[in-house]
Amino acid sequence: MATQVTDARQAVVEVRGLTKKFGGLVAVNRLDFSLRPAEILGLIGPNGSGKSTALKLVMGIEHPTTGSVRLDGIETAGLPAHRIARMGVALVFQHSRPLERQTVHENIMLGLLPDSLFKLRISREIRERARDIATQVGLSAVLERRPSTLPFADLRRLELAKAIARDPRVILIDEPFAGLTMAEAAVFSELFAGFRRDGKAVLLVDHNVKSVAALVDRVIALCLGEKIAEGTATEVMADETVRRVYLGGSIETAARPESSFADREKPLLDVQDLSVFYSKAQALEKVSLHVHQREFVSVVGINGAGKTTLFNAICGLLPYQGNILWQGAPLARVPPARIVRNGVAQCTETRDLFGEMSVRENLDLGGQHQSKAIANDRLAWLFDLFPILKSRQRQNAATLSGGEQQMLAIARALMTNPRLLILDEPTLGLAPIVLEQLSKALESLRQTTEITVLLGEQNVTFALPHADRVYVLDHARITWEGGPDRFAREAGSGYL
Amino acid sequence: MIPATMRTPRFLVVAVIIAIAALLPLGVSGYILGLLTVAYYFGVFSMSWDLLFGFANEVNFGPTFLVGLGAYTAGILDNRYGLPISVCVALGTVAAVVGGLVLALPALRLSGPYFGLTTLVAVLLLQNLVVVFAGLTGGEIGLTVPDVISISGSVNYWIALAFMVASGSVLYVLSRSAAGLILQASGQDKIQAGVLGFNVVKHKLFAFVVSALFSGLAGALLVFYLGTASVGTLIDITVGVQIIIAAILGGRRTIIGAAIGAIFLIAMTEALRSTGELATFVVSAITLLVVMLFPNGFMGILSWRRR
Repeated sequence: MATQVTDARQAVVEVRGLTKKFGGLVAVNRLDFSLRPAEILGLIGPNGSGKSTALKLVMGIEHPTTGSVRLDGIETAGLPAHRIARMGVALVFQHSRPLERQTVHENIMLGLLPDSLFKLRISREIRERARDIATQVGLSAVLERRPSTLPFADLRRLELAKAIARDPRVILIDEPFAGLTMAEAAVFSELFAGFRRDGKAVLLVDHNVKSVAALVDRVIALCLGEKIAEGTATEVMADETVRRVYLGGSIETAARPESSFADREKPLLDVQDLSVFYSKAQALEKVSLHVHQREFVSVVGINGAGKTTLFNAICGLLPYQGNILWQGAPLARVPPARIVRNGVAQCTETRDLFGEMSVRENLDLGGQHQSKAIANDRLAWLFDLFPILKSRQRQNAATLSGGEQQMLAIARALMTNPRLLILDEPTLGLAPIVLEQLSKALESLRQTTEITVLLGEQNVTFALPHADRVYVLDHARITWEGGPDRFAREAGSGYL
Repeated sequence: MIPATMRTPRFLVVAVIIAIAALLPLGVSGYILGLLTVAYYFGVFSMSWDLLFGFANEVNFGPTFLVGLGAYTAGILDNRYGLPISVCVALGTVAAVVGGLVLALPALRLSGPYFGLTTLVAVLLLQNLVVVFAGLTGGEIGLTVPDVISISGSVNYWIALAFMVASGSVLYVLSRSAAGLILQASGQDKIQAGVLGFNVVKHKLFAFVVSALFSGLAGALLVFYLGTASVGTLIDITVGVQIIIAAILGGRRTIIGAAIGAIFLIAMTEALRSTGELATFVVSAITLLVVMLFPNGFMGILSWRRR
């Protein structure tokens, strides 16, 4: 077979049985893969699948619980990052964190310096070499500028330049194209292909196959820390398990038509032409959406699409352009605490529990603004909804499992008696069995209460069954809107 | 050949100021010379502190732990064993460096605010040790040091000035060097610095050792100028706070600013002495205003004007 010829080449990185546990959470589970010289390997998986952890384990930023990482046959598991870096591994971070007081030139030179306490002069060779690297990645025109004055794509170039400066044999790249325009992405692709021509081994970590398909030789797909597929980009995209993870299997949907909601004319929440910028990068571009009283709306999009930004803007945590109307009145300049008391509760992606407080204390904090009687009623109702929380009342929130923490976060938000509950990626990193429990709880909310839910998800399997309507958020824009029954047919293919 | 850094206008300004400072004993009262002598040693304390805070990004709440180790070791050796001043000063410096290492080695492995808290506790420990072993250290009354470097106010002044200029030059060059660049990277983002192949703990530890070296040396020299060592002037937390305020007032990450801040603080306190208790209040208020309006301190104001 043709593939055997490539397999015969000596792998430069050999990962065997790699496992990483954070407390009770298994982030990476018995992962095997190898990376050969002059190869680009894609490591893909949805949020919480363990791909970033795997990247950190190879680099030595995190240390594996068990398993082995070999670099040219030498075991590196447990070594600190700077030792692994000196063995020829470089990492390009997704977020650039340059030295702000130094110029671009000096930032690149940093990558060329030896790890010495007594080297005071920066030699002419280092200056020249840094200049050459800047030319290579297209930074020569901004060499003497400070990083804070650079556009976003140039900051990514600077990260790349620092990695090139290390002259690594292995380059790990986290979300290579995040935040770049098509044209910029094409330039970066060419640079990565250049690494391959130079015989370097490249590992690209990204959310979906599509974004790296044109570039990679092989793809490994992860889900919940485990490898679910491996092969060429086409093979992985056609894989049944991958399709189920990304698109959901046959999904039962039970949408209520939009015309059935009483506030058809004046929706409960009305977002109009919302735009948000993070200094250089545009996080939301003229996003419009609305949610009716009692409606369940899902916003579907991969990591970085802008979901969290959208929710934070609604909650008044970010400056924005455009309008957000709550029951017809604009929310701009209303302080976040007032927005919460007006009936908007958000369960953030990170859950933001008070880890050192007990389950009960977390819930009581949510009920602070209610009278004692109402708070007790709600508590009883929530213990009904999430029975596990009742038995865990005295336990510290930090000691709960991931699923229990998510339930507690939702329960705490519900304690504020909100009219709108915003759930940001509630399924992040949760096992299928827990998803089922969450599903049941959401269904119960939909059947028995007046509450409105705005759900942000990249897990379509979870997002669709609970939705009356679905929006697709892609690269800061709403690209599709419709009923969940039409999603797989009309929007599914663009989502793999 | 003159290096490029010595031809910049900033270097010329500093050179002229130092030249004027060197000529001061010709026309200034002994009292003011005495104040400036102390201020110059404080300048070295603050500059050493800025290397840690400004570059290694570690808040050392215990600069006086290092100063006190140097000062008391030198003082005790002179008082009890009558060793020559140069030996006392050298051993005092060694004590500060060793003490700094013993403190920093475990503390740098802690993350977040715990490094700072550890250094704070170290000061309290040293302060208590001095009081407990009063027989050796003079306790709360203080330690008398029989020898002095010189009885001439001018000579003492020139020694302090030369010492400050030399220390400042070493610290400044170090902070601008290749190693200083790595130290800044380690301070700002230790994960990224590690990925670039730098041993972050090693670089921070080195910065701590350098800081301890100059703090201890300055402390030891100051003892032989003052002729006494006491907890209130060398170790107490409030002294440490003064050192920190001076560095922030002068401008973080500038080294030179720290010395300017220290001289300013001592000069202001003296100028307002006639107002009695109000002096401390006014100086504190000015400090607060500068820090709030110009977080980058005096040096920040200078570069802001130029823009």
